[in-house]
Amino acid sequence: MSAADRPRSGPPPSGRARRFAALVRKESYQIVRDPSSILIAFVLPLVLLFIFGYGVSLDAVRTRVGLVVEAATPVTQDLAASFRASRYFDVVPGRDRRQFEEDLVFGRVRGIVVIPAAFAGDEAGRGGVPQIQVIVDGSEPNTASFVQNYAQGVVATWAAQRGAETARPSSPIAVEQRFWFNPELASRNFLVPGSIAIVMTLVGTLLTSLVVAREWERGTMEAMMATPVTAAELLAGKILPYFALGLAAMTLCVLAAVFVFGVPFRGSIVALYALSASFLMPALGQGLLISAATKNQFLASQLALLSAFLPAFLLSGFLFEIGSMPRAIQLVTWIVPARYLIPSLQSVFLAGDIWPMFLRAIGVMLAMGALLFVLAARSTAKRIA
Amino acid sequence: MAEDVVHMADVTKRFGRAPPALEAVSGTIGGGEITGLVGPDGAGKTTLIRLVTGLMRPDGGALTVLGFDTGREAPRIQAAIGYMPQRFGLYEDLSVQENLDLYADLRGLPMPERAGTFDELLGFTDLKRFTGRLAGQLSGGMKQKLGLACALLRKPRLLLLDEPGVGVDPISRRDLWAMVQNLTREGVGVVWSTAYLDEAEACDRVLLLERGRLMFTGPPAELTGRAAGRVFKLTGLAGRRRPLLARALQQAGVVDGVIQGEAIRLMLAPGAEPSALARGVASAGAIAPAEPRFEDAYVDMLGGGPGGRSKLAEAATARMADPAHPVIEARGLTKRFGDFTAADGITFTIPRGEIFGLLGPNGAGKSTTFKMLCGLLKPTAGEGRVAGFDLRRDTAAARGRLGYMAQKFSLYGDLSVAQNLAFFAGVYGLTGARKAGRIGLMTEIFDLGARRGQSARDLPLGLKQRLALACAVMHEPEALFLDEPTSGVDPITRREFWTHINGLVEKGVTVLVTTHFMDEAEYCDRISLIYRGRSIALGSPDELKASAANADTPTPTMEDAFVALVRRSDAAEAA
Repeated sequence: MSAADRPRSGPPPSGRARRFAALVRKESYQIVRDPSSILIAFVLPLVLLFIFGYGVSLDAVRTRVGLVVEAATPVTQDLAASFRASRYFDVVPGRDRRQFEEDLVFGRVRGIVVIPAAFAGDEAGRGGVPQIQVIVDGSEPNTASFVQNYAQGVVATWAAQRGAETARPSSPIAVEQRFWFNPELASRNFLVPGSIAIVMTLVGTLLTSLVVAREWERGTMEAMMATPVTAAELLAGKILPYFALGLAAMTLCVLAAVFVFGVPFRGSIVALYALSASFLMPALGQGLLISAATKNQFLASQLALLSAFLPAFLLSGFLFEIGSMPRAIQLVTWIVPARYLIPSLQSVFLAGDIWPMFLRAIGVMLAMGALLFVLAARSTAKRIA
Repeated sequence: MAEDVVHMADVTKRFGRAPPALEAVSGTIGGGEITGLVGPDGAGKTTLIRLVTGLMRPDGGALTVLGFDTGREAPRIQAAIGYMPQRFGLYEDLSVQENLDLYADLRGLPMPERAGTFDELLGFTDLKRFTGRLAGQLSGGMKQKLGLACALLRKPRLLLLDEPGVGVDPISRRDLWAMVQNLTREGVGVVWSTAYLDEAEACDRVLLLERGRLMFTGPPAELTGRAAGRVFKLTGLAGRRRPLLARALQQAGVVDGVIQGEAIRLMLAPGAEPSALARGVASAGAIAPAEPRFEDAYVDMLGGGPGGRSKLAEAATARMADPAHPVIEARGLTKRFGDFTAADGITFTIPRGEIFGLLGPNGAGKSTTFKMLCGLLKPTAGEGRVAGFDLRRDTAAARGRLGYMAQKFSLYGDLSVAQNLAFFAGVYGLTGARKAGRIGLMTEIFDLGARRGQSARDLPLGLKQRLALACAVMHEPEALFLDEPTSGVDPITRREFWTHINGLVEKGVTVLVTTHFMDEAEYCDRISLIYRGRSIALGSPDELKASAANADTPTPTMEDAFVALVRRSDAAEAA
């Protein structure tokens, strides 16, 4: 009998389950056989992780600076010795700041520290902060503020020690800095959890948008649509395999982070998976929406890079602190799903489970995912035009 | 005859502000027969098929399929039809069996029926030996059979095939046709869309579309009959047949004419006397009535062919024939990709003023040979020469002597007509007054002036083809390389194109053309039939046809000859 003779209530539910299973199986075969999906899901993440684990470090260690001692007195020599002993600076000594001006312009030194002729160490004794001059290259703000802060730190430490040596309490309260959660202040420890969010963006949005667009290009989507399969089944059949692939890529990254890079893992596995799974919802939704809207692999990859990958990098607090962005940009970050994942993920690694924070992030990400799925389903409605 | 399966009443479909893709199309598609959906590329064939599947909604009119409205009841239609889109809808990274399983699940084929259905379909398509092979590694013909098998998993009441004849060799095409004909005996309605008029002729009924409008509907013989008694064949011609054709076409009362091997085929206007022909052009040969073909009647309906004058050829400088120095030479051309030999020892020479055809199924090696001869691919072994220049050593000099027109017209769609002309003039090294002169001449000859500022992408297909030819002949090349130059265009555009080529050849231009289009092969002086990387036959169209003649088919067509020669080669291989 032909299908048209079936009762009007539509296909039986068992047909739906079978169709869904068939789509998932098909997609899984394709993932396994397509070298590019393996590349994006497993090789690229490891490369990224290694870059952030070894290559990129936001900690400045032994920055080269010019040190100008305008008048050699025992006090200034002592301070200069403190600079030389600092593990943050590689000191090039000099007599005149002009001799370093060209070095600064060409980047041979990152700053010039001038201990002026008028410098008198006894200021420290009177509880004031001795005045030195720090000249930095403002075109590299990160390095500039680093040099400035650490130079002041060296002077403060020197003054405190000097105060202690001369047996006069320099200040009644000694400030001792302590960094919580990342005591070594190793940038790797917060970059690696952040890069896991980038990896899931790659799999969830970029890879998904590519594979669906490919089906449009090759005409298989059209052939699928002319069968009794529904748009919801088609979408679900894509989501499940890539959801699993995203979690697998994430797991691989976490294992590498903890066992290769020695990043601490202080939270729970439950929290890790709950957060990651929630993040994959908007990521996959966005991928499906992009591919349904473009139906073209080239456009889809461009859009995925622009709308998902770059924001996850730049606007999520991964590399740049959101608090120090201009107000307008800060508002834009609210619609970047990675912005909700990254702080929570960093907590899972470095601090432990903070469920109120996690639940809020999960709620926002799921809401975004739901919205994107609705949009994707509408644009994939079983029509071609 | 079974009842009608599709009813169309004033069906209209628009995309944006372009002219409608389909305009007020009304008609029916019957069950138990093959309906040809015929027309050049861009006529609206694919759009109509998509409307019938319910994947698109019409903007106006009513369309019912198997009694269901395509707008409201698309899922019910999709459960009862089989559809094979243009690229077959196969997953290339799944195996033959996995593709079948997938579609069986999607179409809800009950488990107990599967083994039997798979067995029947695999037997029917002769794919049993290949169930484990990835679909991407099948030949074009096999892919297509698998696509058909997937569309037939649950016996559909309506089977829609979108250009199943494209990219498939004539043998596979015949197999497919036989399979589909078997289905119609079981009452299945079949829609077979095509740009080939010989396919149209074999259908039970046709819907002839052009630019979204229905030009004719009915049995093809009904249209063909309109040309009855008006088609003649001139044979035994003395002298070159191309100038004769050009002269014949300028005679009053001659509506259409084409070269057919050594002969010329002419169609007269209603009421015109064949004796007029005898006086004018056929004095040297014999004139005999010929069976009209669907294409004759189609051209007649469109108002006749374009006439025999080529302004392009008239403007070209004549080159002297020089039999001692062939213009294009291939000596043992061989190309290997890894352990696959795409072309194996291809040898031929083409003297000045000859049209030479490379004929063969897709993937047989004709494009590889073609690319080696225009310097786009380096041969693994052997030698190619154009105008005396070795393609290995003097690639640039050789390329400067040839004009190239690729499949689907290698124009820059984002550039305007004028910019395309200027670009190709620059590429071919024209400068200053000569550049301006040639561009002006091309614009005038091909009547592109009114469209100068328009993007090449938005041109109608016929104009795109004119522009592509204008770009290829801009620098007056000695040799012209044409890669599937007229696939998918309407017969008027194709005639216009060949009028120019014929004219140029008479002026001494040498042409190498690849085609899998049998009618196009008839224009050639000589043909090399390429199959599995080797040249299995070389000769004039009439010689090839004669070599394939036997008791069953005493006067084989070009396609018959092709099939016979390929089978003979297969048999020799097997022995």
